[in-house]
Amino acid sequence: MTIRLEKEWIELSTAKARLKGNLGVFQLADPAKKVIYIGYAGAKSAFGLKGEITELSDNLSEAAFVRWEVTTGYWSRYKELMMLYQFDYGAYPKNNEPIKLGRLSPK
Amino acid sequence: MNLELTEEQDMVIGMVRRFVREEILPLEFDLDADADEISSEDRDRLVEKTKSMGLYGLDIPPEYGGPEIDLVTRTLVAVEMSQHRAGLYAPCYGTFGGAGLAQLFEATDLQKEKYLYPTLRGEKRGFFGLSEPSGGSDPARAIQTKAIREGDDWIINGSKLWISGADRAQFGLIFARTDSDKGRNGVTCFIVDTDTPGFHVRRIVHTLRSAHYATELQFEDMRVPDENILGEVNKGFAIANDRLTRQRIPYAAGCIGVAIKAQEMAIDYVPQRETFGAALSTRQSIQWMLVDNEIDIKQSLWITLEAAAKAERGENFRKEAAMAKLVATEAGGRVVDRCMQMFGGLGVAKDLPFERWFREMRIRRIGEGPSEVQRHVIARELLGASLR
Repeated sequence: MTIRLEKEWIELSTAKARLKGNLGVFQLADPAKKVIYIGYAGAKSAFGLKGEITELSDNLSEAAFVRWEVTTGYWSRYKELMMLYQFDYGAYPKNNEPIKLGRLSPK
Repeated sequence: MNLELTEEQDMVIGMVRRFVREEILPLEFDLDADADEISSEDRDRLVEKTKSMGLYGLDIPPEYGGPEIDLVTRTLVAVEMSQHRAGLYAPCYGTFGGAGLAQLFEATDLQKEKYLYPTLRGEKRGFFGLSEPSGGSDPARAIQTKAIREGDDWIINGSKLWISGADRAQFGLIFARTDSDKGRNGVTCFIVDTDTPGFHVRRIVHTLRSAHYATELQFEDMRVPDENILGEVNKGFAIANDRLTRQRIPYAAGCIGVAIKAQEMAIDYVPQRETFGAALSTRQSIQWMLVDNEIDIKQSLWITLEAAAKAERGENFRKEAAMAKLVATEAGGRVVDRCMQMFGGLGVAKDLPFERWFREMRIRRIGEGPSEVQRHVIARELLGASLR
């Protein structure tokens, strides 16, 4: 079972037309497909993933790609993605605020 | 058993009820529907309040600085503390403090210095590592994690599953097999620092609970000194079993609190909601749901309080604790389900807490020993040696 978000990156302009108002998690990347933000669309998100990704990408000029996962377990999945990023790079994505996290050491 | 609350119980419950209504419920308007934490500013502010109420560190024995509170009152408080959206798994968001791992009160002085006191001061967190991929309901037989003595150390290899909080803990209690021929008498409890080489949190296990997750652990040639054994070699199962029995009472109390809150919301709602020209409250089908809820709640509450009273008196309360866990988790599920039905579409929306309670309550019939194991425990207590 994969624990990483390994879906294909989609260009933001294409993605915005495809996105729906589901709950879920997402990653935004720069033109080199380096993750610059990890986020989630939770119960308080207006228009779910579509709303969150549209608003964030409008405010992050370097965002060029996005990939997402629809899940009602957005809260634990979001923390997991943040922990995995921290395991891989020893830091948070550059546009994320620090949150309380545990630590993972996946194989 | 006296079914009337004492003046002191009445006062304590009143304080906690006001705290939940005036401090916790307003915070939840702004939190995500699945949140299990509040900001550190809010937490610090509320901890000051619970301290001033004299109720901080509820499960800490008085000799270690906790409040003087008997188990029946503690159970009534647990019922009150869970009456909010996150209440089942994060009652009052931890602002009443915790005792950490109760087993550490029986630790050696050295172990207390290193693990217990820092935990009570909020400097360290611990986790309880019992269940394994091979099973959690029958830990005495299912434990395959092995510890082998090497000089003054033990080398531990194996894995654990469904472990809460291990990714954020500084240490944990890990149960490992130290004698493969002795069944439940071949299990030892080790206190393990999570920065020990060979300790790995391999993954998060996602469940119905979005707010809180379990983890899967793996131990690879993890070296633990002899001084980190909690209790005695091959006597670890008794430590685990004692914890499992005691935990059933607050576990039941949380379910009762949520059921009470759900019922209260339904009673407020049904006179206001009209269908076919009359309030829902005038429909017999609705009235009967409320009646069945009330019976479920009262039954669970009395059985749980009886278990707490027996524990308080120092009597064997295994049967009563298992009954409390069984009845309250199953009744809580039915109550929340009926309330969702009364609220219709709103009942399944994340706008209201029912859908979260519904998901989390379902786990309660499995966590801390499934209903079937509780029935097994009760049967064993009834039939005694003839079943064994």
